Formats: sequence, structure tokens, C-alpha cells
Amino acid sequence: MQLQAIDKALLGGELGESARRAMALLLRYGEVLGAERFIDIESAHIDSCLYHGRSGLDFVRSLLHGDDRVRVRTTLNVTAFDLEHPAFSEVSDETIVIQKAMVNAYLQLGCLPTMTCAPYQQAQRPTFGQHIAWAESNAIVFANSVLGARTDRYGDFTDICAALTGRVPLAGLHCDGQRRAGLILDVPEQGATGLERDLYFASLGYLLGKRAGTRVAAIDGLPPDVSEDELKAVGAAAASSGGVALFHAVGVTPEAPTLEAATGGHTANCERHAVRSEDLLAVRDALCTAQPGDPVAAMCVGTPHFSRDEFERLAELAEGSRAAAGVDVLVTTSRDIAAGVRRSGLAEKLESFGATLVTDTCTYLLPAAIRSAGLVVTNSAKYAHYGQGNTGRRTALMSLERCVRCAVAGRIVP
Amino acid sequence: MSDGREIRADCLVPGQAEGRVVLLDTPLSLWGGLDLETGTVADVNHPAHGARIAGRVLVMPGGRGSSSSSSVLVESARLGRHPLAIVLTERDPILAVGSLVAEALYGVSIPLVRIAPGQFSALSDGSRVRVTAAPGKCRVTVL
Repeated sequence: MQLQAIDKALLGGELGESARRAMALLLRYGEVLGAERFIDIESAHIDSCLYHGRSGLDFVRSLLHGDDRVRVRTTLNVTAFDLEHPAFSEVSDETIVIQKAMVNAYLQLGCLPTMTCAPYQQAQRPTFGQHIAWAESNAIVFANSVLGARTDRYGDFTDICAALTGRVPLAGLHCDGQRRAGLILDVPEQGATGLERDLYFASLGYLLGKRAGTRVAAIDGLPPDVSEDELKAVGAAAASSGGVALFHAVGVTPEAPTLEAATGGHTANCERHAVRSEDLLAVRDALCTAQPGDPVAAMCVGTPHFSRDEFERLAELAEGSRAAAGVDVLVTTSRDIAAGVRRSGLAEKLESFGATLVTDTCTYLLPAAIRSAGLVVTNSAKYAHYGQGNTGRRTALMSLERCVRCAVAGRIVP
Repeated sequence: MSDGREIRADCLVPGQAEGRVVLLDTPLSLWGGLDLETGTVADVNHPAHGARIAGRVLVMPGGRGSSSSSSVLVESARLGRHPLAIVLTERDPILAVGSLVAEALYGVSIPLVRIAPGQFSALSDGSRVRVTAAPGKCRVTVL
């Protein structure tokens, strides 16, 4: 790779031992990617802080040298459990000790204690065209698609190396040519599908991942009033069922004012799929095999982390009702959104429904401490995709409104 | 298959290893796909569910994306339940990073090479191979 003065200084240790080690790994990474040079980044989001074993701690400790710090604004992804309430999950003492030590090491490197999978819900977030190095698949797809910032698929080890150097190889989705759609999905209007609005976006995202794999796709037919939360649901689902890191919603997202803009003028050469209502209903059916009457043990929402708007919608739906005895209602979010929800009095409304606010984590990473036997209802396609494999519990995807009714009934209701 | 047959490869992470092939037709995400307790394929939806990865030369088309797979590869090296080498038909940066970190942290070498997709069928499950991965001189030898 061609190295600039800054790259040579980083590799030579002139900017610290942490940065030297990080740059050495990034250089090898850039060579595997076939990149020609490095570029600057404006921010980083770290997934390496999530516990996968003792090696995660060994790695971050190998980067602790003196006062060496990250060189850009750096946020932290979720951890394996709620750091303030480990008992919300079934977690071993050893995991608690190692996970906490990992977080402390990242804080020592100057990372911010955000512990959220939705760093785009923070007050300060990337702007259009900025190069960033983000990890966590749903954050990557949101930053690229909805914000129009530019991140490739960073992940364990490369994310913190980018933060410590402020540099990344120019490759993948940092490059103009890699950001054009090669696949077009023409989608039916939500009203025509018979699906509730949130279930429509979850199912659509899941289908997008299945059809696109790792390709960039353009979705034609989304309503112009689609909200950020709805685009978040599309991206999270598409990054779970497939490896989608960027999609364009024609007339909605910043790089897709028109279909021609989304495809870079190559619309005629694109593979084009006419998505039918039945295709979306089939996705919904595959992710919800529960039958009316099946016992419900928990309602888990907030994958990705609930926004303030989503809390308000849940409070509205839950008003005046209470989850059945034995049904756990777990809502995951970030510490700062939780604090706002508590200040505003929304938290009390949710607590009177029986909900628990869980921060720093996602309730499928480790089996949540759910009291009863039965299945988990969720409005997140990502939760429905990973939950069962990770926790051994059956999950059922449905609208938030139906989740609330099932939680109140303690069983699946139509 | 003839003894001593050589398959040309690209070196992604250098090293040398010799052992029996575990061949997966479908890419495996090590995250959620490798059981670190047993060193076998944990993903019940994967056709090779239960196959031993630890101590074998892992041959598969690719790594299936999840970035946490780097961590799982490093953790398998820490526990001594890692593949001896990895042979792919694509350049997988996630597994490459895992391999580099495993060497840096624990001195465990997991050479990583890429072969042409057309050469995939030259390797068969259970056969013995030698992986020689050095820049400019990289091959998989069927023993």
C-alpha cells in the first residue's frame, strides 16, 4: 500500500505504541482487502467490547500503553449483559469479571461509555459523506443508508485499530463505485399487504437480506413518510438474514433521490425483483410459527435499542393495561435514552405495565432471566432471527400492538 | 486423487500446516457456528453440523460475514481448539484478522489461503494436505 507521512509515523511508533500496533494490523488488513492507500475517519464505533471469551480482554490489554488514547470520537457497542444489573441475564461470575474489565480497558483508551447498538440515536452522529469506521451490522447499515456516511464492515479488532489510528484502508463502501445498487426491489404498499406498519418494515428488511445477500439494493416503493425507526428496522433485519451493509430507499435515503441516482445510471443493467404481498406474508409466517393459545413467557423489544419515539408508542399501546403475572417485559435501550425516559415520567407508565428497562445489552446475547416457560414475542426481525439459537427459546415476530396484547393475555392471541 | 498434487493458492496469512481436511460446501460463520467447547460445527442449520473443525484444515467457500467470527477464531486458538489452517475460495478479511490476532496474542499460527473456486473440487473431506503459505510461494499439496 502507498503510505502517507501520517501512516509512516503511526507504523514507526511516533504516535505511541498502541497506535503502532493498531496500524500494523490495519496494514495487513488493507493488504488482504487489496486497498491502495489509507484515508482519515471522523468517528469509530466499537463492537470488540462485547465478551466472546478471555481473548477479548487479552487483546484490548495488548493495546494499553501509557496514556495512549483513541484519535477520533469513539462509541462502544453493547456488552453481554446490563452492567448495572447483571442479574437480568443468566451470566457466570467469570463472564461478569472479564466483561467489566474489557469495558474498563476501552474506557481507559478514551472510548465513550455508550454501550449501545444504535449509536446513530446519540445526539452527535455522523453526517453525509463522512468516512467513519463503525462495527455492529445494524449500525453499519444505518450509517451508510440513512445518514449517507461511509463505513465498510468493521468488526472485532479492526474497529478499535481504526479508532486508535484515525485511519482505515480505502476499500469497500468507502468507495463511490461500491455504493451503487445492483439489485432493485419493487415493493408493494404497506396498505396492500394487510401487515401492520412495523411488521411490514420488519418483514421487508428480512426479505431484503435474503434477496440481496451482501449486495447493495435499492427499494422502490417505500412511503415518503417512512420514519428513521422504520428504516432502522429494515436495516437491522436485512443485516441479520443477509449481509446487507447499505441499501437505498428511492425518494427517501440521501443517495437515492431517484432510482437512477441509486443505481448510478445503470438501472437497466440491474437485477429487478417485483416483491409480492405473499412474499412478505411468507417471511412473517416463517418468523412467527406460534399458534393462538401458546403460552408467552416474555416480550422482548428494543433490538436495535429503543428510541424515544418507540418508548412513547409503547407507552400509548400499554396505557391502562398490565402484563399477565409471570410474563417478563424487557425493553432494551441505551443509558442516555433510558435517562430521558425516566426524567419524562414515561418510565413510570411502562413500569406500571410491568416493563423493565434494560440498558447496555440486548436480551438475546445471553439467555435473559425469564421466569416462566413459554415463548418470547418481539417486533424485531433481528431478535426473531438470532433469539432462538442464542437462548434456546422459541420466538414469535409480530407487531408491537399484538406483542402488548399477548403479554397482557399471557398467551398468543390472534 | 494423485499424491503430491499441488493446488496454487494466494497467501492471505502466511504459515505452514499439515493435516486432515474438513470440507464444508456451505460457508460457516464461526460466530454461532463453532462450538468452542468441542471444536465442532454447532450451527444446527449447517449441513456439516457436528463435524470436527479443531485440529483440521478447514476448507470452505467463505466465512459468511459476521465480524464476531474473528473473535471466535482467536478464542478457539486460546483454547487450543482452532483449525490448523483455513482454505477459502474468497479473500475473507474477517478470518484474516482473526488469524493475525491469534498469532500476535498467543503465538498460534493459522495460515489462511485462497484457492480458485474451480479448484475446490480437487480437495475432499478427510484427505491429508499440506498448506504452504508464504508471499510469492503459496500452495496446497494433497498428500
